Amino acid sequence: METLYLIFIDPFVQMVVEPAFLAEVLIGGLMSGVMYSLVALGFVLIFKASGIFNFAQGIFVLFAALNFVGLMDLGVHPILAFVITIGIMTALAFAVDRLVLRPLVNQDPIILFMATIGIAFFLEGFGESIWGGDVRPVRVGIPDAALFWEAGFGEILVQSSDLFAGVIAAFLVTVLALFFHFTPVGRALRAVADDHQAALSVGIPLNNIWVIVWAVAGFVALVAGIMWGAKLGVQFALSTIALKALPVLILGGFTSIPGAIIGGLIVGAGEKLFENYWGVPLLEGATEEWFAYIVAMIFLFFRPQGLFGEKIIERV
Amino acid sequence: MSRPGDILLSVKDISLRFGGVRALTDVSFDIREGEIFAIIGPNGAGKSSMLNCINGFYHPQEGTITFKGTQRRQMRPHEAAAQGISRTFQNIALFKGMTTLENVMTGRMLKMRASLAEQAFYIGRGRQEEIAHREKVEEVIDFLEIQAIRKTPVGRLPYGLQKRVELARALAAEPELLLLDEPMAGMNVEEKEDMCRFVLSTNHELGTTIALIEHDMGVVMDLSDRVVVLDYGKKLAEGTPDEVRGNQDVIDAYLGVSHD
Amino acid sequence: MLYREAGQFKTSYSADQAMLTIPLDRVFVVGLTIFAIVGIPLLASEYLIASILIPVLILSIAALGLNILTGYCGQLSLGTGAFMAAGAYLAYKIATNITWMPIWIVIPLAGLCAAAIGIAFGLPSLRIKGFYLAVATLAAQFFLLWLFVKVPWFVNYSISGVPTAPPRSVLGFDVTGATATNEAKYLFVLAFVIALAWIARNMARSRIGRSWMAIRDMDIAAELIGIRPLPTKLSAFAISSFYCGVAGALWAMCYINTVEPTAFDINRSFQVLFMVIVGGLGSVLGSFLGAAFIFLLPIFLNSAPGWFGYTVAGDTITHIEFMLFGALIIFFLIVEPHGLARLWQIAKEKLRLWPFPY
Ligand SMILES: Nc1ncnc2c1ncn2[C@@H]1O[C@H](COP(=O)(O)OP(=O)(O)OP(=O)(O)O)[C@@H](O)[C@H]1O
Ligand SMILES: [Mg+2]
Repeated sequence: METLYLIFIDPFVQMVVEPAFLAEVLIGGLMSGVMYSLVALGFVLIFKASGIFNFAQGIFVLFAALNFVGLMDLGVHPILAFVITIGIMTALAFAVDRLVLRPLVNQDPIILFMATIGIAFFLEGFGESIWGGDVRPVRVGIPDAALFWEAGFGEILVQSSDLFAGVIAAFLVTVLALFFHFTPVGRALRAVADDHQAALSVGIPLNNIWVIVWAVAGFVALVAGIMWGAKLGVQFALSTIALKALPVLILGGFTSIPGAIIGGLIVGAGEKLFENYWGVPLLEGATEEWFAYIVAMIFLFFRPQGLFGEKIIERV
Repeated sequence: MSRPGDILLSVKDISLRFGGVRALTDVSFDIREGEIFAIIGPNGAGKSSMLNCINGFYHPQEGTITFKGTQRRQMRPHEAAAQGISRTFQNIALFKGMTTLENVMTGRMLKMRASLAEQAFYIGRGRQEEIAHREKVEEVIDFLEIQAIRKTPVGRLPYGLQKRVELARALAAEPELLLLDEPMAGMNVEEKEDMCRFVLSTNHELGTTIALIEHDMGVVMDLSDRVVVLDYGKKLAEGTPDEVRGNQDVIDAYLGVSHD
Repeated sequence: MLYREAGQFKTSYSADQAMLTIPLDRVFVVGLTIFAIVGIPLLASEYLIASILIPVLILSIAALGLNILTGYCGQLSLGTGAFMAAGAYLAYKIATNITWMPIWIVIPLAGLCAAAIGIAFGLPSLRIKGFYLAVATLAAQFFLLWLFVKVPWFVNYSISGVPTAPPRSVLGFDVTGATATNEAKYLFVLAFVIALAWIARNMARSRIGRSWMAIRDMDIAAELIGIRPLPTKLSAFAISSFYCGVAGALWAMCYINTVEPTAFDINRSFQVLFMVIVGGLGSVLGSFLGAAFIFLLPIFLNSAPGWFGYTVAGDTITHIEFMLFGALIIFFLIVEPHGLARLWQIAKEKLRLWPFPY
């Protein structure tokens, strides 16, 4: 009885009694959700265009951030560092395309997936042997102050860097949406995503499209890396956190950009809520480690294609 | 040269839709024991969908299928396989990482009973079955003349041979009804002749009833006892090859005369 | 012609069906096994046995397990570590609570528990396949490890949370815990290795192995010829987790002598995955070659500079290790997806023709 009360009633009572705390938890969750979304976005771009699940996307975030911070520490102006890093990510996209994807074309998706695990390990070693493995702070002038916001029901504490990250993410998503809808390259990318054969037959060269997609994903990774780095410092842990993009995609659907965003927000908010209201009081905490995966796994039973993904039809 | 025989499979008023696409509309026909039955029609007519309904991969919204006297509407593919229906596919569906022998052995899957422990320790039925079924499989391999490629991974075989291995896998199950989806598509003349020979001898020597889809009219005329013609998911005609060839609707469909 | 196939005609299918068809192969494997049982304990140094052979053999069992799931059945797992952990924690729990039970039963029993857990996390394979499954196995990885750390029941409420392996004996010799000699532990582990490798090989050539491969290569066609996908995949999950569970139990009991979560974190999962890829997907032999290779490579990297009088910082070595692992994975996937096992086979074929190159 007691336990049932603690599981099913008490958390909700708490939420109602202390709405300001609830709001803080939610905001904190949504903000880390934004970060998951940013990583997941890169996954979706690549998956849509090439059907490859790029396990290395998380490392891309780390690698891009390492390069950016490394360059800045050498005294390079942030804007220049940004541009150079985009160049590096494009070169990386090109290398991945030529050295890994092309030789493996037409292989099983699972083989390609394992190859991207290889890319992830390689890049991690490579990035760290160039830039070192220490935690590096990112100083790009993102304001980091605690703001107190007076809501009707109490005072809420918000980090300004979190707000900033939210704005950047929204901006990025808008830019990408515009890019996909209004530029020829973007439209070509969508065509490829819909049907490789059709895209080929209207004369879209697939190979360079892949380089473009991977480069765009690299760009998204860089933005994600800077935002994340500003919050936590650039460190190896980033790549493990990035693993969470997987459940995010399961929730949002592997082919949907809005799905990646919403999936990220759901996972971010969900795990913080669960940790604060159930995890800490009942389960000794640290439930954030697994919450997203377990939810995604259960979700798979009911909607394997995700909230926004297309239904998979099989034929013979 | 239609032969007398009891009805083995009876398809009645089958309708199948994919969203707005009507793949099949009210199709009925019977397949008799021991015959070679051809399903023909232009691209997208619904031929493959028909086979998919028969072996339980697609579930028609309406209609019934009666096999060996038992009627059913919904059935899982493995149940169809267990009842004695096996098939080959329009796009080869072999297990690429396995050898020819292993592929053909999978055709015997449903006839094996050994428990996990017997298999794990390779004792009792685990061992006996492997050997007994291997003998059966070797017969099929001899029958289709693929001894030389026994231990070759099928991914490395040329297209024509892959089609033959696929037939071998289907035959290894000793089916009562064999469904062949375009068994000769994409083959050269020589390979086609071989395949025709195998289809005929399967029918004559093993007595297997065969339903096949084929675009090559020459082949259809030579092989089949009876033919059904589908067009836009509807049955246009049914009869002996000669009857069908003379049918005005069929000629129109093949010459692309508009429908109205 | 040292090594020949021709001229040795198989006279029955049963002979052709046998595990090792070329007599020399059989001689080789039997010889190697006897040497491993008798020769190694007599000849090998303590260091070789305790720090190399025991861990490599245990990891080979885990690699065999993952190979069954990924190499044979085509379902990716990033949760190997968790299933090993399940074996380790449950072996500890059983061994300390049911003290009369012989340790050679405790360990397979722990494997069975891991198998049951494996089935639970394999259930999503009903709806999804291939790399989508990665998420279910990651769920296992993070959830199970969290569970074993947070629930003190598993470690008998030990205060440190990292209990030491209890000493248990077989035929009067201690084989687990700190008191056991390395030779005894080695032989105990070896017994499991031989049995499990033999069983894996038997399954691979039986109906169950073919059903796994059929599901891997083309699941729809497999279903159409009568293979039921869910039971087949779940059997792969169960058996794979059984192997991993046994490996985890042995790791805790006979190698590190403690039951601790860090031994089974996600890095372990990747390590075993790499063993399978490098050794050869869908190959029993490959599981052993891969385990040895991936385990020895870092040791080699760490000591190689020393042989030439260089010193290299530990960090740098770790980075090089990561790059090398990544590059090797990509290399093997592209050039030789059947891994070291296939290279070995090619070498054998060369040898068969020797000294005539054609
Ligand atoms: N799984 C499916 N989902 C949606 N539509 C399908 C599916 N399978 C078949 N169709 C549609 O049903 C119709 C009939 O297809 P079917 O493959 O049966 O034709 P077919 O006669 O075998 O043609 P072909 O000669 O090209 O093989 C087509 O319009 C096809 O697009
Ligand atoms: Mg067709």
